[in-house]
Amino acid sequence: MMRVRSIFLAGVVAVAGFAGTLPSSVMAAGDGVKAKSVDWSFYGPFGTFDRAQIKRGWKVYAKVCASCHGLKHVYYRHLLTIGIEPKAMKEMMTSRKMPMIDDAGDAVTRAAKLGDPITAPFANDVAAAKANNGKAPPDLSLIVKARGGGANYIYSLLTGYVTAAACEKEYKGSDGKPLKPESGQSCNTYFPGHIIAMAPPLASEGQVDYDEKGAPKATVSQMAMDVTAFLAWAAEPELEDRKRMGLRVMLFLLILTGLFFVIYRQVWRRVKH
Amino acid sequence: MAADDQAAHGTEGSDEHSRRDFLYIATGAFTAFGAAAVAWPLLDTLNPAADTLAASTVDVDLAPIKPGQRITVKYRGSPVFIDRRSKVQIEEARKVPLKDLQDPETDEARVHKGKDEWLVIVGVCTHLGCIPLGQTPGSKRGEFGGWFCPCHGSHYDTSGRIRKGPAPTNLPVPDYRFTSDTRIRLGEKPKEDTKAGS
Amino acid sequence: MSANAGHGAPQGTPRGRTANWIERRLPVFSTMEHFSQYPTPKNLNYWWNFGSIAGFVLVAMIVTGIVLAMHYTPHVDHAFNSVERIMRDVNYGWLIRYLHANGGAMFFLVVYIHLFRGLYYGSYKAPREIIWWLGIIILLLMMATAFMGYVLPWGQMSFWAAKVITNLFSAIPWVGESITTWLWGGFTVDNPTLNRFFSLHYLLPFVIVGVVVLHIAALHTVKSGNPLGVEAKTPKDTIPFHPYYTVKDLFGLGVFMLVWAFFVFYAPNFMGHPDNYIPADSLATPAHIVPEWYFLPYYAILRAFTADFFMYWPISWLITAKFAGVIAMFGSLLILFLMPWLDTSEVRSSRFRPIYKIFFWVFVIDTIILGYVGANAPDEVAHIALLGLFDFSTGLTWLTIGEITTFWYFFHFIILVPVIGRMERPRPLPHSISEPVLGGGAVGGGAAAQSRPGPMEKA
Repeated sequence: MMRVRSIFLAGVVAVAGFAGTLPSSVMAAGDGVKAKSVDWSFYGPFGTFDRAQIKRGWKVYAKVCASCHGLKHVYYRHLLTIGIEPKAMKEMMTSRKMPMIDDAGDAVTRAAKLGDPITAPFANDVAAAKANNGKAPPDLSLIVKARGGGANYIYSLLTGYVTAAACEKEYKGSDGKPLKPESGQSCNTYFPGHIIAMAPPLASEGQVDYDEKGAPKATVSQMAMDVTAFLAWAAEPELEDRKRMGLRVMLFLLILTGLFFVIYRQVWRRVKH
Repeated sequence: MAADDQAAHGTEGSDEHSRRDFLYIATGAFTAFGAAAVAWPLLDTLNPAADTLAASTVDVDLAPIKPGQRITVKYRGSPVFIDRRSKVQIEEARKVPLKDLQDPETDEARVHKGKDEWLVIVGVCTHLGCIPLGQTPGSKRGEFGGWFCPCHGSHYDTSGRIRKGPAPTNLPVPDYRFTSDTRIRLGEKPKEDTKAGS
Repeated sequence: MSANAGHGAPQGTPRGRTANWIERRLPVFSTMEHFSQYPTPKNLNYWWNFGSIAGFVLVAMIVTGIVLAMHYTPHVDHAFNSVERIMRDVNYGWLIRYLHANGGAMFFLVVYIHLFRGLYYGSYKAPREIIWWLGIIILLLMMATAFMGYVLPWGQMSFWAAKVITNLFSAIPWVGESITTWLWGGFTVDNPTLNRFFSLHYLLPFVIVGVVVLHIAALHTVKSGNPLGVEAKTPKDTIPFHPYYTVKDLFGLGVFMLVWAFFVFYAPNFMGHPDNYIPADSLATPAHIVPEWYFLPYYAILRAFTADFFMYWPISWLITAKFAGVIAMFGSLLILFLMPWLDTSEVRSSRFRPIYKIFFWVFVIDTIILGYVGANAPDEVAHIALLGLFDFSTGLTWLTIGEITTFWYFFHFIILVPVIGRMERPRPLPHSISEPVLGGGAVGGGAAAQSRPGPMEKA
C-alpha cells in the first residue's frame, strides 16, 4: 500500500513539475494567437521527411526566401543528403559571391562550391541591414527550432498576412489605438505585435514552378507548407536518424530493464523486507 | 550466488539453476552489447567529421612556374609539391631500372599523360611525416637530386621516389586534374584518358 | 553474481598469490570486497535508488562532456557555430550533445528526488550530518556547473542567463560592481567570460567527483539509513550490497535510462528554450527570459522581493529589494545546511511522524508552485491549466503567488520544522528493521512472524 501510494505521489509530482515548464516551451508565439496546426510528415515517433516536399521547399527557398535570408549552417553538400540534385543548386551557387584571395593577393570573389555554406546574398550583416530598413533578415538555418510553435508557427506566419485595413480593424497597439502598418511594414496575425518588416513573401499562386511529375498545385498555402518542411529539415537534419535510433534504443532498454527486473526479483526472492 | 544457493537449498531442481544461469548470461550479454553500442558513437565522434571529409578542391595556376622551378601549395592541410621538371631531370628519373627501386614505380605512372614535365606529389615524407627539403634552389636535395628529408635522412629522386633512407614508400601522387593546359585542380580525379600511367 | 552473498569478514577471504602481492601494496581486493559486502539495510525502498543513478549520470555527463569539448570552440565568434557543427557534421555529434543537454536536466531531477528522500526520511539526522552537508555542496557545485554549461552554446538564453546571474552579485553593497566586473573580465558578459566559464565548466565536475567520494566515504562510515529510521542492529537487519542492491540499482538505472532516452530521441528540446537557437545578441534581450526548469523555484524566490516595501524607511536604509532577493535565493539553499539543528524531532522517518508528513508534502507542492511562478511573467494573472484538462484563473498575479510560496518556503524551515518536532507525538517505532512493531499499520505487516531464513543466516 505504502509503495503504491508513494509511486502515485511521485507520478503526480513529476507530471506537475514538468507541466510547470510547459508555458515557456509549448506556447505558440504571437500574442497568444494559436498557430495553425499542420499534420507534418516529420511529426510523431516514426516521422520522416517527405523527400519530394523537401525538394519543392528548396525551390521555394531558392526562388523566394534566398533573396534576403541566408541558411549559413546548411552547406550545399548537406542538400545532397536529402536528395536535392546539384543541378537544382547550380543557379544559386553561381550567383553567390564567396570571398577569396587570388594568386596576386587581391581580395576577389568566386562562385560557391558544394563545400560552402548557403549564405545570404549580402556581403555582410551591415549591408544586409542597410538593404532591409535597418534590420538584417534573420538566418533561417534554425528558424523552426528557434521559434515557439516550430513548423506550425512558420507556416502560420507565411500564410498569416492580412491587409492594412483588416489590421486596423482587428488589432490594437500598445497605446490602445488601432494598429496601422507604415510604409515598408506589413501586418501579420501570428507575428508577435502583428507589425512585421517582411512583406508577404508568398503572394500569388504559381510563384514557384512546380514542374515535377505528380507535384501538387503551387498554391500559396502549398508553397508555404513545402518551404516550412524544408526549413524543418534544415533545422533538424538529424531527425530521421534520431527517431530511427530512438526506436532501437527504447526497445533495447525495455528488454534490458525487464531482464534486470526478473533478476532482481530472483535474487530477492528469499529476502523478507 | 548460484553456487551458494545450491549448497543451501540442495533440494531445488537443477532446471531452475540452468534457467537462472541462462538469465544471468543473457543479461550480461545484453549489457555488454549495450555498453559497446554506447562506446561506438563516442569513439566515432573522433573520426573526421562530414565537413572535414567533404570533397574540397584547390585550383593551381601553373603558368607562372618556370622550367626547373618548384612551388608548394597547401591542400588538406599538407604541402603539395609541384615541380616543373627539366628534360635532364625527367631522363634521370626514367633511366633508373625498376629493380633498383625500393618501391618500384615508373616515372610515367606518376605523371599525367603528355604532361611529363609536371610532377605533382604530396610533400610529406612517408617515414614519419616531416616535410622534405628541396623546394627552394639553395636547399639540400639529397643524393638523387629530388628531395631530402632532414629528420631521418630519406633521399627521394626527381620523380619523388624513395631511393635511400628509412622511408618505406614513394611520395604519393594526389588526385588532380588538368582543367586547362596551365591549370590543375587538386582533389578531383583525372578523366580516364589522361590518367596517370595510361 | 558470485559467492559473495554469504562471506564474512574481508580478511578471511582466500586470494591467489598475485592477488595477495597486489593487495599488500594497494588494497584493491579488500576495497572491492568492502563494497560488495557492505552491509545494507534490507528494507530500502525504490527511493534509495536515486543515489546510484546520480552517480551514473555524473559519469555519463563527464564522458559526453569530454567528447563535446573536443569539438567545441570557446570563442564568441565560433561557439554557436561549433555547436551547430557538432549537431550537423560530427559523427553522432547530435546524439552526444542531446545526451549531455538533457542529461543535465536529468541529473537535477534525480538529485532533487534524492534530496527530498533525505528530507522525508530524516537522512540529515545524527550521525549522518556530514553526508547531508556534502550532498548540499554537491548540489551547489552542480548548479554552478549547469549554469556555466548553459552559457557555452552562446545562444540568446545563454547570454542573458550569464548576464542576469552574474548581475546578482552586483546587489552586494559596496563591492558588488567590482565583483561583477571581475566575474566578466570586461564591461559585460563577453569573450573573456565565455572562456573562463568553459574552463570552470570542465573543472567543476571533477571537483564534484571528489565531493561524491567524500559523500560515499562518510556514508560507509556510518552506514546507510533506511525507511524506518531505526539503525540496523543485528546481521538480521542487513544484507550485502552485492548482489542485492547491485541488481536493484541496475533495474532502477534501466528505468531511468528509458526516461532519459525518451527525451534525447523524441523530445530533445522539450526542456530547452527556442531562443537559445538564436545566436547571442548583446543588444536585444528576448521577450521572456526563463531559466532552465531546475532553477525555476529559486528564480521565483529571487523575484518575490520587489521594491514595494523596501522603498520605505527604515527598510530602505537597511537593504535594497534586489539584495534581499539575492540573499533569499541563496538562503533558500543554504538553509538546508541547518536541517540537522532545525529538525528537533527524536524520530528520523516521516513514516512515524503523522503531522510532519503532511507538511512535508505541502512543502513539496510549495516548491512546485514556486517552479510554476518562476516560469511565468510576474505581473500576469495566474491561470492554472494542465494539458487542457482544466484551466481556471486564480485571480492573483504570479508575483503574489510567488510571495506567498516564498514566505511558506522559509516558514516551513524556520518555524514548522522545529515546532512540529517538539509538539508532535510520533507513532511507536519498531524495535529493529527485521521486527517492526506489531500492529504498526502500513509497515511490513506481520513480518515479525517470518520464519524463512534471511541470506545472512546461510553463511
